[in-house]
Parts: sequence; C-alpha cells; structure tokens
Amino acid sequence: MELYAPMIGLIVVAAVFAVGSVFASSMLGPKRFNRVRLDSYECGIEPTPQPVGGGRIPIKYYLTAMTFIIFDIEIIFLYPWAVRFDHLGLFGFVAMVTFLFLITVPFIYEWRRGGLEWD
Amino acid sequence: MTAPSIEYAALLPMIIVLGAGVVGVLVEAFVPRRPRHAVQVGIALLALVAALVQVVRLRDTEIIGAVGSVAIDGPALFLQGTLLVMAIISVMFFAERRIESGGNAFAPAASSLPGSEDERVLVRDRVLQTEIYPLTMFSVGGMMLFPAANDLLVMFIALEVLSLPLYLLCGMARRRRLLSQEAAMKYFLLGAFASGFFLFGAAFVYGYAGSLEFAAIDAALAARVGQEGLLLAGVGLMAVGLLFKIGAVPFHAWTPDVYQGAPSQVTAFMAACTKIAAFGAMLRLFYVAFGGIRTDWQPMLWAVAIITMVVGIVVALTQTDVKRMLAYSSIAHAGFILTALVAVDEVAIAAILFYLAAYGLTTLGAFAVVTLVRDAGGEATHLSKWAGLGKRSPLLAATFGLFLLALAGIPLTSGFVGKLTVFAAAFQGGAMPLVIVGVVTSAVAAFFYVRVIVLMFFSDPAPEGPTVAVPSAWTVVGIGAAVVATIVLGILPGPLLELAEQAAVFVR
Repeated sequence: MELYAPMIGLIVVAAVFAVGSVFASSMLGPKRFNRVRLDSYECGIEPTPQPVGGGRIPIKYYLTAMTFIIFDIEIIFLYPWAVRFDHLGLFGFVAMVTFLFLITVPFIYEWRRGGLEWD
Repeated sequence: MTAPSIEYAALLPMIIVLGAGVVGVLVEAFVPRRPRHAVQVGIALLALVAALVQVVRLRDTEIIGAVGSVAIDGPALFLQGTLLVMAIISVMFFAERRIESGGNAFAPAASSLPGSEDERVLVRDRVLQTEIYPLTMFSVGGMMLFPAANDLLVMFIALEVLSLPLYLLCGMARRRRLLSQEAAMKYFLLGAFASGFFLFGAAFVYGYAGSLEFAAIDAALAARVGQEGLLLAGVGLMAVGLLFKIGAVPFHAWTPDVYQGAPSQVTAFMAACTKIAAFGAMLRLFYVAFGGIRTDWQPMLWAVAIITMVVGIVVALTQTDVKRMLAYSSIAHAGFILTALVAVDEVAIAAILFYLAAYGLTTLGAFAVVTLVRDAGGEATHLSKWAGLGKRSPLLAATFGLFLLALAGIPLTSGFVGKLTVFAAAFQGGAMPLVIVGVVTSAVAAFFYVRVIVLMFFSDPAPEGPTVAVPSAWTVVGIGAAVVATIVLGILPGPLLELAEQAAVFVR
C-alpha cells in the first residue's frame, strides 16, 4: 500500500489545485463582463454568424494536428533509442531507419497532396 | 542486451501486404492520375498473390516469433490463406468499372460534399477513387495479424489496423453518400467503443496474470495466482470487443446499418474477412490464453450463441431489403460458428476453419450479385424490386439462388457441410441444447432464403423493375470463383476439411 501513497498524494494535490483554482478565480478575479467574455470560446474563430447553409469547416487545423502527430510519434521513439544507442547496436539502427522511413511516408503524401500549402 | 531475433520469413506474408499498402500511399503521392488506378490494382493483386504463395510455402511452420508476440501455426496460416483468397476476390470487385459507366463503386473524392458542385465536376471528369487500394491492403494486413497475435497488445494493434481503414471504406460509396457516411460514422463510434472494452479487458487480464503473452496468461491461470475478479472482468470485457467485431447479439446493432450503407463491394469484403479474422483471434484468445478457465466463459458464450442465432433469424424474417437481410443472416451465421467455439477441442477448430472459408466465399458472391441489380438510383436493394428477376435474368437469379441455398445450408452446397461439421463439433463437445437451437433456427432460416428464391422465380416482374448490369471480367471471375467454391466445397469438401483438420493445432 505504501507504494501507492505518493500516487494518492498526487491525486489529492491535483484535485485541490483544480477545485481551488476555480474557486480562487471566482473569488479574486475581476468581474468585467463584455461580449467577448460571454461568447463561447472557439480557438479564435468567430462562432457567429455562421455562413449560409452551415458552410464547410476549414480543414487546416486538422492537417496541422496530423502533421504534429507525425513528428510527435517520431520524437517519442527517437528519444529512448538515442539514449540507449550504443546498446541497441546495428539492429536498433536498422529498425529506427525503417521506422523513420515509414513515418516519412505520410509526410510525403501530405506534401504531394498540397497539405503544406496554407491557402 | 542482445538484439531480438525476428523470424522474417514467417512474418513475410504480413510484411508483403502492409508493404504494398505503404507503396500504395507513395503511388497516390507520385503517380499521375490517369494510370494510377491500374497501378494500384496491379500492386494490390500482386502483393496478395505473393503473400498467398508465401503462406503456402510456410504450410508446416509452427513457431512463436517476434519475441513471443506472434504465433505462426496451423490455424493462423489457414486463416491467413483464406483471408488472402477473399481479399483477392474483393479487390477484383473493387476494380469493377463497367457497371458505373467508367467509374468505380466509390466516390471520386470522399471529402467532396454530397450533392455539391465539386462532386459533380469530379464525377463528370471521371476521376477515379484509388485510395481504397492502400486502405484495403492495410486492413488485410491487420486481419492477417489478428488471428496470429499471441500477445494482448499485438492483438489490440491488429484490431485497430484492420478496423480504421474499414471505417473509411464504409463511408466512400458513390451513390447514396449520406447513408454511406452515416454508416461509417456509426461503425466508427461503436467500433471505437468496442475497442475500448477490449483494451480495458486486456488491462484487467494483465493485472491478473502480470503478462501480456498468452502462454504466460495460461500459466498464471494454472497457478491460480492473483484475484479471480480481475480475471473474470477482463475476460468478459475482451469478449465484448471481439463479439462486436463478429457481430454477435447483443453487440450486433451496427451490422445491418453498416452493411446496408457501405458500398456493396466493401460490405462483401467486410462481411467475409472481418468475420474470419475476428473468429480466428477469438479462437486463439479463448483456447490458448483462457483455455484453463473454460468452465467460466462457456456459459457466457452459450447464452450469446443462442440469442445470436434466434435474434439473427427472427429479425431477418421481417427484412425487406436484400442487404439488411444478408446482414441479419451474417449475424445468425456468427451464432452457428459460436456453437462450435464453445466446444473447445481440435474438431471444433477444424469445423470453424472450414465454416469460415465456406461462408466467406458464399457471402462475397452474394453481395457481388447485389451490386449488379440496378435502377436509376444505383443498386435496387428493396426485395420487391427483385420480384421476377428469374424471368429477366435467369443466370443471375440462379447464381443468387445458389448462394442463398448455401447460406440456408441445403445439401450439396458448402453451407451444408459447414453447418454439419460445426454442429457435429458442438454435439461432441456436449453442447446439445445449442445444436437443437441451431437446427431449429436453420430450418426457420431456410424459409426466408427460399422465400427470396420463390420471389425471384415465381412472381411476375414489376413493370419498371431494375435492370441487370453487365459487369466486366473482374466481377464475373470473382462471382464465378464464389460459385465454383460453393458447389465444390458442397460436393467434394474432403480436401479442405482434411487441410482444416491438419491445421487445427495451436502452437502454445
């Protein structure tokens, strides 16, 4: 049970921090309400007025997110490999090159299909 | 620390198919639009045939490779071979271009808004959807890994690799695009939910056994270490994930909608191949990893098998759409296969392997026939439109009739031999009540299959009925292969049954 004590402590700290922050900001924060404050938050997009017929949602955020995931996954696997590079030897090197090639394929696809052009 | 040894030869079939998927993505990026379709079809068929050749060359292999995570043994190779044959036929159906006057059965660009100017321009310019081929390759690769997975995590990854491309394929129909997208959305949401169940169950089982490998889980079960509650919860949750994929009641709700909304070629591929892969995975998981507590999970699967057979058949009786009827029939067939799975012995494994091969080929053929009966709006799937089809196109109606008889399990078709072996295995395994329910529901099922045959041959054609499209060689050869398999496996099932019996030993 002692093994779990730090984890329980962390959970308690997290809960106190979350609840405490909400409580503190409502107590201490300035209360100046205006249009922007009361609008729903949409990553900087104007939530209204909507284009006629619903319009189409720009797909650029999604592409940025997918590009991020490509590099994110690449880094996640590169780090532990780099740390243990000398132990993993040739096998690790070949495996990593294969992995890097495979993770580059979707990037090439995105580039060729015009996913990197903003407009 | 030494480098892990990877048995590349044994894994080669999967590497070939997944590699073809990667090459397919590069083809999408670099090959100009005009020759792209031919190149993609060529790569897909070449890879599938090459993988099939390698599976045949591996036939007597029995190893647990890739550091204990993948088992290449009789059942895995048998199912991989079956999957590859069905994938080859599916790709042939995908390549069909004559029935849509130059296009294939898929939307030119899945991202174009249905009914928009974009879509109209793409259709007018005869832009061909080619991304389906790499997607299919990835899906087939996942399906091949699924029954070979010998580790809970690898099994989960295989499940996702086979599922994600399928969700996309379901939403790509050329006609009735909103229905198709709705089907994809439903399949994705419910599928993701079921994957969550599977993963949660895997976490519980890991908590019990302290290992993800099947052999270690089996050893932990024998030693009776850990907390029983964790294990039972884990087994139950993992069963939910797998029963969803095979479409067993009460996890079947997605099946009719998705089968109806997806392009019929994709439905054929999905109905045949997903079922094969998921039953293979379920066999290995429940026999190799959870074989030690069979008395705990058998009652659960008994109940699921009975309600699956009953609900599948009873609801199928009320269907007025051909694709929905075949979907409920596939649910009932999942129930028939489950009766043998409950038995837990080698006879049962052989029976299931044979049944999956026979059922898959018949289903592929049946859905391919559905693609050919058309009116102005695309496929005419309402049963009333099929009235009198036998007078308009006797050959097509006879072909569909043969598939229906096989699905009903009439003697001299593959369906009869499949049902006989499955029920015999269940009987030997002491599951007599299941056999009785199975035989009774089969008799009821025969009624609605025969009803469609009567409708086709003995009623008058509707005045503005559908026309029968003349397909190109791709579909003709595919349906022909399904017809030949359905008849040959019905009359001379010996060789395949023998092969299934030889293959029915799991490496542990």
